[in-house]
Amino acid sequence: MQQRFLGTDTYVATEDLMMAVNAAVNLARPLLVKGEPGTGKTQLAEEIAKVLDRRLISWHIKSTSKAQQGLYEYDAVARLRDSQLGDERVHDIGNYIVKGKLWEAFEHGSQPVLLIDEIDKADIEFPNDLLLELDRMEFFVYETRQRIQAKHRPIIVITSNNEKELPDAFLRRCFFHYIRFPDKPTMEKIVAVHFPELKKHLLRDALEVFFDLREVPGLKKKPSTSELLDWIKLLMAEDIPREALRSNEPRTAIPPLHGALLKNEQDVHLFERLVFMNRRNAR
Amino acid sequence: MLVDFFYKLRKAQIPVSITEYLALLEGLSSRLSGYSAEGFYYLARATLVKDEKYFDRFDRIFGAHFQGLEESFAEAFGQVPAEWLARQAELLLSEEEKRRIEAMGGWSALMDALRDRMEKQKGRHQGGSKWIGTAGTSPYGAYGFNPEGVRIGQERSRNRRAVKVWDRREYRNLDDDVSLGTRNLKIALRQLRQFARDGAEEELDLGGTISATARNAGLLDIRMVAERHNAVKVLLFLDVGGSMESHVRICEELFSAARSEFKHLQHFYFHNFIYDSVWTDNRRRHDQTIGLMDIAHTYGADHKLIIVGDASMSPYEITMQGGSIEYWNEESGETWVRRLLAKYPHAVWLNPVPVLSWRYTHSIQITRELMRERMFPLTIRGLQDAIHALKFGLN
Ligand SMILES: Nc1ncnc2c1ncn2[C@@H]1O[C@H](COP(=O)(O)OP(=O)(O)O)[C@@H](O)[C@H]1O
Ligand SMILES: [Mg+2]
Repeated sequence: MQQRFLGTDTYVATEDLMMAVNAAVNLARPLLVKGEPGTGKTQLAEEIAKVLDRRLISWHIKSTSKAQQGLYEYDAVARLRDSQLGDERVHDIGNYIVKGKLWEAFEHGSQPVLLIDEIDKADIEFPNDLLLELDRMEFFVYETRQRIQAKHRPIIVITSNNEKELPDAFLRRCFFHYIRFPDKPTMEKIVAVHFPELKKHLLRDALEVFFDLREVPGLKKKPSTSELLDWIKLLMAEDIPREALRSNEPRTAIPPLHGALLKNEQDVHLFERLVFMNRRNAR
Repeated sequence: MLVDFFYKLRKAQIPVSITEYLALLEGLSSRLSGYSAEGFYYLARATLVKDEKYFDRFDRIFGAHFQGLEESFAEAFGQVPAEWLARQAELLLSEEEKRRIEAMGGWSALMDALRDRMEKQKGRHQGGSKWIGTAGTSPYGAYGFNPEGVRIGQERSRNRRAVKVWDRREYRNLDDDVSLGTRNLKIALRQLRQFARDGAEEELDLGGTISATARNAGLLDIRMVAERHNAVKVLLFLDVGGSMESHVRICEELFSAARSEFKHLQHFYFHNFIYDSVWTDNRRRHDQTIGLMDIAHTYGADHKLIIVGDASMSPYEITMQGGSIEYWNEESGETWVRRLLAKYPHAVWLNPVPVLSWRYTHSIQITRELMRERMFPLTIRGLQDAIHALKFGLN
């Protein structure tokens, strides 16, 4: 029986994203999701788990992460210490094997969703080091001579912010989806999902300002969905009147609470300068 | 039919493999795509293309191969890219250029006219022609008689001295023909690794622990050491002068690769050539400078020096006092670079200009001599050679 992911009442999915998710789930291959920060990559895995009613196991990758840590680690030092202290546990080496996220996913009683988040943070060889395990869905624990096999092949979602290119061999095994920055109608839906009670006209005005701001040339970090959501939350909390968002001359006024949208000091300067220039030209 | 499509993709150098082709067949046989062309398109893309930079190429081949879809593709071409606007901030237009643009009614008038033109031309699309206004009569076309016209749809910088070029496909889309790519760059930079242990101690020192434990009459005495990591130190000087504009992308890739590969990386910016001071922040070039002597006093001689620049300028800018285009330099650039090299003998110059044209540019020859032939093209091969050279000092 095929299962279909169609987005949820808390997550807006585009057609192509749905296809990629459904292909990955039904054909049992990892799904690689790329896109600029804040485009909903991490939340996607959560939503897939929620919709399919699966347990979510998240492995957040850091620059120091090693593939082996996803399988298991052998805490030899703890064992040595226990042996010196005459602890009984020392006789079972299994007491010193620390399970990783992949192991956890492999032994889960039902099919889980395994999120490998921000894989591009790790060393460039990291994905290659996981190939075999992800392919065969098994690995060997040398210390205990155990073969760990996946009870149920997990649904694997891998995200990347595109900081590094990933190896070809790894890419060949995945389905791929690139989350483009949402266009206005999609963004309207996303905001509506987060703030169903937001007035339509306020939403429209806020989006106008937001997309205008993203077009400001030369920004180091364009505001993303997360910043937009934070900003709207503030606007609502502060009860900013609608007029404050509207100006007859676009780009000649600084929007209220713009610090929530531009987090980089240089960008704030750049923006303020631009507004100032526009204002002068408008005269 | 599908096999043909597959081979067309390969021919267009989209790296698709049999594995992926089989996955697509599997997907089709499990009816994932439903019965719509759109569904098929999404499935094929998710299965076959693993990098958004190939999306545009894929779209074009898909459109040509499976008929009846041209309509929707035409739409995608009709918009003026927002990225273009963004670029304007980076492009430091000269006064002269700005005046010419003003003569045409300013940027926005130009853009409006352009948009209008595109709309009209949409209907006239022919066969494989993917550009608008390729004929040369359009003031907005690639070879328009009007030199102020923005050039469209040409490979960038056919003639670098022209008014700024924007090539809509390049910006609109994420296609990327640069063969380098950060991964390749990184693998090349790796050759420069020098492993050392310093920093936090977080790895068990097995040998140390055994001998300490033995000395401790068999009672465990654990010794930790810091993890091995790349300890090579690099000073990177980047030319951000006007003529480097067409090499911006490759330089950014190199920079991002270098930044993630080297923990000890200091970078500086200069304009055309290096004089008594350089900038530490490209955006705030007037208030954040650092003197070259300060650099020499701050960073030890064990640093590797990598200079990236096209070395293309008037020879005076290198050899003469006051030759700088920005301000009056008391001493020539040549003198300053010699000083830098004396302090940092492990040095190379990476030049994004193709090697074949080096001999036609006098300033490149001067710089090359100054660097004692240690100038390398900014290609994978060139980078590999440069890294190799960096291992050995100049003397
Ligand atoms: N399509 C979407 N539907 C609903 N919310 C979204 C969507 N895309 C992004 N968001 C919201 O934007 C914020 C950032 O999402 P996140 O998953 O952390 O992004 P990423 O992992 O790509 O950096 C979250 O608050 C998330 O709820
Ligand atoms: Mg995330």
